[in-house]
Amino acid sequence: MKPASFAAAAAVFVAGASAAPLAAEAADLSISCGAVGAELALCEEGVRAWEAETGHSVTVVSTPNSTTERLALYQQLLAAGAKDIDVFQIDVIWPGILGAHFIDLSQYSDGAEDGHFPAIIANNTVDGALKAMPWYTDAGVLYYRRDLLEKHGRDVPETWEDLTETAKLVMDAERAAGDDDIWGFVFQGRAYEGLTCDALEWLHAYRGGTIVDGNGDITVNNPQAVRALDLAGSWVGEITPEGVLNYAEEEARGVFQSGNAVFMRNWPYAWSLANSDDSPIKGKVGVVALPKGGEEGQYTGTLGGWQLAVSRYSANPEIAADLVMYLTSYKEQKRRAIKASYNPTIAELYRDEEVLAAVPFFGDLYDTFTNAVARPSRVTGEKYNRVSSAFWNAAHNVLSGRSDAQSALAALEGELNGVKRRGW
Amino acid sequence: MAEAANLHAAAPERARTGGEGSELSRAKVRSALLFLAPMVVVLFLVAGWPLIRTIWFSFTDASLSDIGNYGFVGVDNFYNSEWGGLLSDANWWTAVWNTLYFTFVSVSLETVLGMIVALALNVKFPGRGWVRAAILIPWAIPTIVSAKMWGWMLHDQFGMLNDLGMTLGLLAEPVAWTASPDTAMLAVIIVDVWKTTPFMALLILAGLQMLPSDCYEAARVDGVHPVRVFFKVTLPLVYPAVMVAVIFRALDSLRIFDLIYVLTSNSQDTMTMSVYARQQLVDFQDVGYGSAASTMLFLIIAALTLATITIGKVKLGGDPR
Repeated sequence: MKPASFAAAAAVFVAGASAAPLAAEAADLSISCGAVGAELALCEEGVRAWEAETGHSVTVVSTPNSTTERLALYQQLLAAGAKDIDVFQIDVIWPGILGAHFIDLSQYSDGAEDGHFPAIIANNTVDGALKAMPWYTDAGVLYYRRDLLEKHGRDVPETWEDLTETAKLVMDAERAAGDDDIWGFVFQGRAYEGLTCDALEWLHAYRGGTIVDGNGDITVNNPQAVRALDLAGSWVGEITPEGVLNYAEEEARGVFQSGNAVFMRNWPYAWSLANSDDSPIKGKVGVVALPKGGEEGQYTGTLGGWQLAVSRYSANPEIAADLVMYLTSYKEQKRRAIKASYNPTIAELYRDEEVLAAVPFFGDLYDTFTNAVARPSRVTGEKYNRVSSAFWNAAHNVLSGRSDAQSALAALEGELNGVKRRGW
Repeated sequence: MAEAANLHAAAPERARTGGEGSELSRAKVRSALLFLAPMVVVLFLVAGWPLIRTIWFSFTDASLSDIGNYGFVGVDNFYNSEWGGLLSDANWWTAVWNTLYFTFVSVSLETVLGMIVALALNVKFPGRGWVRAAILIPWAIPTIVSAKMWGWMLHDQFGMLNDLGMTLGLLAEPVAWTASPDTAMLAVIIVDVWKTTPFMALLILAGLQMLPSDCYEAARVDGVHPVRVFFKVTLPLVYPAVMVAVIFRALDSLRIFDLIYVLTSNSQDTMTMSVYARQQLVDFQDVGYGSAASTMLFLIIAALTLATITIGKVKLGGDPR
């Protein structure tokens, strides 16, 4: 080979390599994505765009809708050191539980984490290692039927007592008018993690604490918490169908979106689905922060949200990390916000005009999203699931009428003391 | 009836073949052991080893997040004065009670219904082969699929069961079958009975088909009423087959997991011992404590099986007639 052509070939090679450094050897990855609402399709689109840019191929694995079941699946995979999934979508409460199985992403992030909400980055940092990148954040919000409230001349409720009264009034009036299927308020009442989120909001609204406080002391048995749970217990059978005791997010949305509920507590993802073309309630829905508990209570919303983490057992950790950085980038989070109302974790996007035009309540509820109340997962660490399970069972017992709030919370305190004695 | 049962239970043991101490018989024993060895090894690997490991883990503080690293804690998982342990956990005893209640009610219903179906299928009528095949469909559908299917049928807002009940005027308002604590267990039992009655019917039918026809001919000649024939002839004769079927079903129900987990998740209204053990093992990552629950589950099932065999005077593996 002549020197000149050799140099040319080398130049082509170098240019090609620098243009697509990762395409040099195409890798097969797999990512686990949630499948709640439009989540899976959205994840697929983001992944395909990354594939087109890099030449790698990615299998999208859908996971159970229930967070509790999803965690169980992950724990079995990770405890066995399975290489099957490279990128995991993990809940905001899991970095402490699963962190040991994930790599430190800060070596690949190139400082990108600085643009995200600091509270979430702190949440995802375990012993100084960035175990996951924030993908979207969440806070519980209140959906209401604007058309029905206007029709019956009611304001959007400020307190849970208002909500109870308004829901009853609108429901009774609509039923009298012939709509037999309508209910006042639906939420997540199944005995699972979602009920912990909902019930924590009731407690927090009444300034009844967060089950376990920042020092690890059990605070759940207090008069404000009793008030909150007593009110919630009074809903079932009155303004809430008894079936709510087995509803998760999608079941509640099913009832609300078919036009069979006046109010719904859910995460922001339900906004774009409620306003999709085939939705019977398109354009009739409003979103506000969850009400206060009485006049001296506070607006609330439980912090939710999902992160992306790379498995320690992955065969291609650096390529997987590149996928994570792509999916959590400004561009991709903006697309997800506009298309399906998933809350960005980058503060700047809440000032982006296109985002605000698509999801107006992102601007109004900015404070709710940044000040959402966190579940006590950090302080209880590996015991969090036990705490949460004991709490949702207590709440479930009150909702189903098997126990009153006073005795349920006293029993819960006893059970949590037992858990704490084994250390958290 | 009891006499007849005794008669069959006391069926003469088969005479043992081969003399003692002869070279030929020792060679036979050796080759028998040789042929048995693979099965013994496989049984040990797939059943014995996991069981021993579970029992071992129940005496440790192993955690799912780091399973290789654990310490021996004695019987702390079962009972201790500091945080109680399994035996002082009210939720565990609720789960034990739920399991026993579920097993008793569902197996009783399945036995009665299975017997009726088997008797019907034992009669010659045109198209019997087709009906026999059709009746097995609920049993053939994978449990997860049928549980999901029933989950939708039992749904409080969109379920067809409520729709049917309301249209026919049987229900005043929709019932939240799987959600309400009053009906959750009932719903689970209904689905289980629907699913496993065919299995029961099949086993009983097999027993019925082997009954000698001379008893029936004698009864017919004597002009005995059919109901009396059933209680005096059929039931005593088919009793061993029914007991084997009951034990199979009871063993199966005592470890029920999938149906209940799909229909009602971790709800305490229907939580069984298996659901409890899984929650401890996986959701709470507490392999030690969860293994203790699994060990207790094993002991309870073993004890109940022994009790049923003793009280019911069943000869497993004996001549069914």
